[in-house]
Amino acid sequence: MSHWMFTEEHEMFRKSVKAFIEKEVVPNVEKWERDEETPRSLYKRMGELGYLGIKFPEEYGGSGLDLLMEAVFTEELAKCGAGGVAAAIGSHTSIAMTNIWKYGSHEQKQKYLVPGIKGELIAALAVTEPGGGSDVSAIKTTAKRDGNYYIITGSKTFITNGVNADYVIVAARTREDPVHRNVSLFIVETNSEGYSVGKKLKKLGWQSSDTGEIFFENVKVPSENLIGNENEGFLYVMKNFQYERMTMALGCIGAAEKALELAIKYSKERIQFKQPLSEFQVIRHKLVDMAVDIEKARNITYRAIYLYNKGENCVTEATMAKVYATEMVNRVADQALQIHGGNGYMMEYPIQRIWRDARIQTIGGGTTQIMNEILTKRLGILS
Amino acid sequence: MPYEPYFTEEHDQLRNMIRKFVEKEISPFVDEWEEEGIFPRYVFTRMGELGLLGLHYPESVGGQGGDYFSGLVLAEEMNKCGCGGLPMAIAVQTDMATPPIYKFGTKDQHERFLKPALKGEKIAAIGISEPNNGSDVMGIQTRARRVGDEWVINGTKTFITNGTRADFVTLVTRTSDDPGPNGISLFLVETNRPGFSVGKKLDKVGMRSSDTAELIFDNVRIPHENLLGEEGRGFYQIMWQLQGERMIGAASAIGSAEHVYEMALNYAKTRNAFKQPIGNFQVIAHLLAEMKTQIEVCRELIYATAYRFSKGEVPSKEISMTKLAAAQMGHWVADRALQIFGGNGYMAEYPIERAWRDSRLARIGGGTDEIMKEIIAKQIGL
Repeated sequence: MSHWMFTEEHEMFRKSVKAFIEKEVVPNVEKWERDEETPRSLYKRMGELGYLGIKFPEEYGGSGLDLLMEAVFTEELAKCGAGGVAAAIGSHTSIAMTNIWKYGSHEQKQKYLVPGIKGELIAALAVTEPGGGSDVSAIKTTAKRDGNYYIITGSKTFITNGVNADYVIVAARTREDPVHRNVSLFIVETNSEGYSVGKKLKKLGWQSSDTGEIFFENVKVPSENLIGNENEGFLYVMKNFQYERMTMALGCIGAAEKALELAIKYSKERIQFKQPLSEFQVIRHKLVDMAVDIEKARNITYRAIYLYNKGENCVTEATMAKVYATEMVNRVADQALQIHGGNGYMMEYPIQRIWRDARIQTIGGGTTQIMNEILTKRLGILS
Repeated sequence: MPYEPYFTEEHDQLRNMIRKFVEKEISPFVDEWEEEGIFPRYVFTRMGELGLLGLHYPESVGGQGGDYFSGLVLAEEMNKCGCGGLPMAIAVQTDMATPPIYKFGTKDQHERFLKPALKGEKIAAIGISEPNNGSDVMGIQTRARRVGDEWVINGTKTFITNGTRADFVTLVTRTSDDPGPNGISLFLVETNRPGFSVGKKLDKVGMRSSDTAELIFDNVRIPHENLLGEEGRGFYQIMWQLQGERMIGAASAIGSAEHVYEMALNYAKTRNAFKQPIGNFQVIAHLLAEMKTQIEVCRELIYATAYRFSKGEVPSKEISMTKLAAAQMGHWVADRALQIFGGNGYMAEYPIERAWRDSRLARIGGGTDEIMKEIIAKQIGL
């Protein structure tokens, strides 16, 4: 039996997503990794299947389902074995478009959410800057009001979908002070004048996702592209971080399950000293440690999502889920690689990719150290 | 607000009631009982009076008719009393020695053993381990032979909690020469029968307020009515019993870890070094955050597994994972807390060294870490 949180509908949906991933994603992963991007055709195909609008209202072409349904999708997508594909799709739906859904106007939803859900337009969220990563309040990109427009100047980096996005949700300062109350979110179309993309960034992992550096040189953005209220952008970003962190945790669980599956399979097939590796107790117990670690991460993550889905405060749980699951996938992937021995180090075997892809998880979406800083405040540890 | 879907307001009330009971009637005496290596018998009768020994048993056998989670509340709260020994002795009474009587016993056995145990009038023990057989339950050698309407039992059990003063033992024996699982049966053995004796009271690293003994069975004769469940089914029955034992062990580890964490947090906020509370040093603050995260991670695993168990499923893979994870977490949290306490943590005057010693047992009792891993290995297809 699956976790009580999921209904039969969720489990049926899980089956169909799993079949889709196996059939239409897994066989292409190697190519997309080489191409260093996830093709537009995948967005379109997922749009057709309704995978990009699971939680969004039907009014805008979504399915109007609960967050648990999207959680199922996120977990299964990660099992494709390429964190880059999951990152590309996740950035589009959970990280970028969610801001429009939550805080955007009806017109913005018509113009950007509808085609995004169809997979016709690709979205990205741009917060991090060369000079400000973990410290979101240090953003330097500015947006100055000029009549019916805002003029945006600055640069962003480490932007997933940054090269191929059709529109980018940009966090920019709209006044000097007070801190946390001086940032706003804008939807910027990437064909705007003054908008440019630097080089596609070379990365250790997540190869099938394009990561870009983007520049704004007096980019004119119509004022109707301001998301929600001026100067509340920091709050929006922080709020959506909760959801982003949960989806990252889910992705880690999916990826770790895949790593464990590969390691178990390998351990049963690989013969050394006249017996399969799985017959060696040390290897067996290592695999068990991995399985237990996954279950631990799974249950704290499900708790966070359950609370979030009910509209309850889950900052503590989501933070714990993020820190635990992202550290977990690194441990699990590393041990899975160890079980693969020399083969694990070869590009021919998929485990190396899970291992490389795992490494970003404890950095992106808030580092482990930032997560612990949040927890020290939430738990009343600091005097 | 209740912790859905596991706990209701009634559970919260129960928790408060137990917390008060523990603070008033247990905690003040813990040091003394640890010193003595046993706690007074009246704790059983007092808890029986309060209805705390039969929380999750139906009223028909003298219980309170509560659900499985009410038992977890008891285990968690008892483990905040300041030691692990006494709560373990109570857990043996409520969740280790008695569940097989309820599940497999006859009406007569419910009357003679279960009801008085839930009232706290009779102390129960569970006899599995032997000097030569711990983890390897199938290898036990205590032998019961049928003679007419009686059974004659010979053998030795060891590491038996409540052993020095138990009124009866739920005993695992071999009843046939068949060396496999079908040669094992359970019995309820009163300790006042001729031939029964307590070998010695064992001295332990931790869990000192709980008495542990070696039990000797020398031609102990018991009537056939004391056979628990079916002859030859004992192995399966005890494997079922161990599931509940592991769940309650996990819940105990959570309760104790929470208590230890609170003490460490409090210490970190009040202990000054280099002109500030040590909790303000980032390394200590993050360590506390990691401790709490580990506790919450294990808590969710326990509750989600207990939820399935409470609905009648026996998810032995998840139960083993839960037990393993919680036991490791409990001892790790105690160790980190001791570190935060520094030199004081090493002193018997402070409560942390006891938690460190007590929490070590969870990784051995009820199935060692290694046995848990062997069980899980089979279940994940290895």
